[in-house]
Amino acid sequence: MTRAGARNLLLHGAVLVLLFALNFVLPEYHRGILSRVMVLAVFAMGYNLAFGYTGLLSLGHAMFFAAGLYGAGLTIYHLGWSVWPAFGAGLLAGGVVAAAIGFLALRTTGVAFMIVTLMFAQVFYLGTLYFTTYTRGEEGLILPQASRKLELPGAELILTDPAVRYMTALTLFAAVLVGIFLLVRSSFGRALVAIRENEERMRMLGYDVFANKLLAMIVSGVICAAAGAAYAVLFGYVGSGFAAIQYSILPLLWVLLGGAATTLGPLIGTLFMFYVIDIASGLTRAHLLVVGIALILVVLYFPKGIAGTIRERWLRWLQ
Amino acid sequence: MSKNRKPNIITSNGLTRRATLKGMAASAGLMAAPGFVRYAQAQTSEPIRIGFQCHRTGIGAAYGRWYERVTNVAARVINEAGGINGRSLEIIIEDDGTDAARGSEVLEKFANQHKVDLVYGTLFSHVVVGSAPMAGELKIPYYVVSEGYHVASGQMNRYCVQPGITDVKAQVRSMAPWIAENLGKRVTLIYPDYAFGHDHRDFFGPAIEAQGGEVIAQVPIPPTETSFTRYFPQIPSDTDVIYHVMVGPAVLTFVKEMGEFFGTGGPQLFGFIDSLEAVDLNSPGLEFLEGSHFWEGMARYVQPEMPDYEIAYREAVGLDESGASVNDPKDVSTAAHMFGCWETLYVIKRSMEACGYRGPQDRTSLIEATEAMTEMDAGPEHPQGRKVFNGKIHQVFGEQSISQVRDGKLEVVHRTSIEDGLYEPEADYTTMSF
Repeated sequence: MTRAGARNLLLHGAVLVLLFALNFVLPEYHRGILSRVMVLAVFAMGYNLAFGYTGLLSLGHAMFFAAGLYGAGLTIYHLGWSVWPAFGAGLLAGGVVAAAIGFLALRTTGVAFMIVTLMFAQVFYLGTLYFTTYTRGEEGLILPQASRKLELPGAELILTDPAVRYMTALTLFAAVLVGIFLLVRSSFGRALVAIRENEERMRMLGYDVFANKLLAMIVSGVICAAAGAAYAVLFGYVGSGFAAIQYSILPLLWVLLGGAATTLGPLIGTLFMFYVIDIASGLTRAHLLVVGIALILVVLYFPKGIAGTIRERWLRWLQ
Repeated sequence: MSKNRKPNIITSNGLTRRATLKGMAASAGLMAAPGFVRYAQAQTSEPIRIGFQCHRTGIGAAYGRWYERVTNVAARVINEAGGINGRSLEIIIEDDGTDAARGSEVLEKFANQHKVDLVYGTLFSHVVVGSAPMAGELKIPYYVVSEGYHVASGQMNRYCVQPGITDVKAQVRSMAPWIAENLGKRVTLIYPDYAFGHDHRDFFGPAIEAQGGEVIAQVPIPPTETSFTRYFPQIPSDTDVIYHVMVGPAVLTFVKEMGEFFGTGGPQLFGFIDSLEAVDLNSPGLEFLEGSHFWEGMARYVQPEMPDYEIAYREAVGLDESGASVNDPKDVSTAAHMFGCWETLYVIKRSMEACGYRGPQDRTSLIEATEAMTEMDAGPEHPQGRKVFNGKIHQVFGEQSISQVRDGKLEVVHRTSIEDGLYEPEADYTTMSF
């Protein structure tokens, strides 16, 4: 392993150890917040794979998050499934939706790709409202507290317990972070970056660009679905709001803030955004104005996102 | 100071050893009496902290603005009258952004950071439903003012209560008898094609059938629709009444296009004022509503022979005769719903007094005290009217108003009875564990 690789390994390991330690030292409220942030950061990491590494500016990733959310939530609510198979159903739903949408949308590029993904996401959102009989639409469904238990060999984890919830969110976050870390260093990951930089050249070199982009889209969709499914079982609510356009814009914002094509950027962006809203709303009614100003300042001083700019200016080895 | 008044300073000469011993013995006896300890501890000077989940931003901001005003006024009035158990009431407000996810986060913030005694709010159903699981997990009482059927349906948990506003199922059921008797029995429903509209569809059909009427057509409108003319031909020509519950920014277009479609004729119109809360009835395009009828939880306009307590409530929250702010006639209130904040705070007050609430250790006692409530008389604490609370389903039932638009104002033409809205409970929270 190169020296840069060792440094990255050390940094990512340190982040995971820090997150583990925070469970024991953070005040209750902030621990709860970090549980949410880690789940949403997984969503952002999934988005980052498509946008940051592959250059696919999607405006429809809410449908992948929501596919996981509904895949897990509806099977628990209507079919009485336990958490493991329901989580699997969420991943499957995300993978199938991503494969189908990717197969169609990847025939376009640039602005057309943005519009096509946006339209498909809107169809998905309206679908959740149309089938209100099953989804309760915008009002949503509450997953019974008794159903939110994770069966393990010799143990049963109660996901409504704050410490268990934190550790479950951390486990998912760590698994996806390690997965992304390895993926972007693999030949597939490098091919994605190369496609982002010069698609024509990759095609000329004999790479199947469409197949690589489709695979990236599917992996991205499954990761986002994992976040959605985790959100459903950890926080017990499933609603159409998570399929709305807002949840397609948010991961884009988190990734841009944290740093596109950086492995830790999504976590930083999600955390930053969450606390800016949380703190500003406690200070003033016009908190959205404060959030807007904060975003402008970040864009001015960190044009490539926080982690992206740190990499460009100071830590060239940062992955 | 009056000459007859006794001095309230006891000099050293006025306190003998015998008197001291007698006093100590009496005090010891009192403290040993059952219930005294709880009472004594309740006399702490710590304020009772209530977390108010407020729609300050997002689609519910107009409701949130008025919910906040009413809440602050009610808290002030309660405090001026001595507070709760001798303690003042402190309202801590957080913006939920009218968003389900943020609502849940805010609830967590109230419980774990602000350390409030209970959480209270809010209107939009998705925020309430999204927040309810967290209330159950954190075991913190969650008093909602939402009018959704979600609480009464039994899908929530024992910590969620709706004691200050009636739910949509009761509201819809109580409208049916009057509609069938006065407007007609052949009804066409026009409703938004999502959960809010589906509630009206599902609850009104059986209710009008019970009155010998029928729903002859249903016209669901997709949620993103901005033009409605193409839906009006679906209304059968033999319709007596159009029952409409469109909400959101498109409602003005909806009414305007309906007016253009029917002209001066057409069926009778009956709607829920939810569509036009915080909207001036004299807005351009709403002329077609003249003569039509609306459900109102509480009258927006001052009515003849209004009870004193209702007038006092209106003055306290700053409403002019048209139901707008006394400071800005363009700032129209959400009068049909916001009284629920006032009444809910008084229910919380009564419940805390009944259980001798001291702090978070008494949260379950607080819920049980609310569950034990039944009759709530109309008066300063319940200016909207008399209510009956069903502790099993954590839902209050009350009278409703039916108003007609006359000369651009809403005039109450009928008041339903509580019995009109009652229905068989489908749940029993009291059998659920805490």
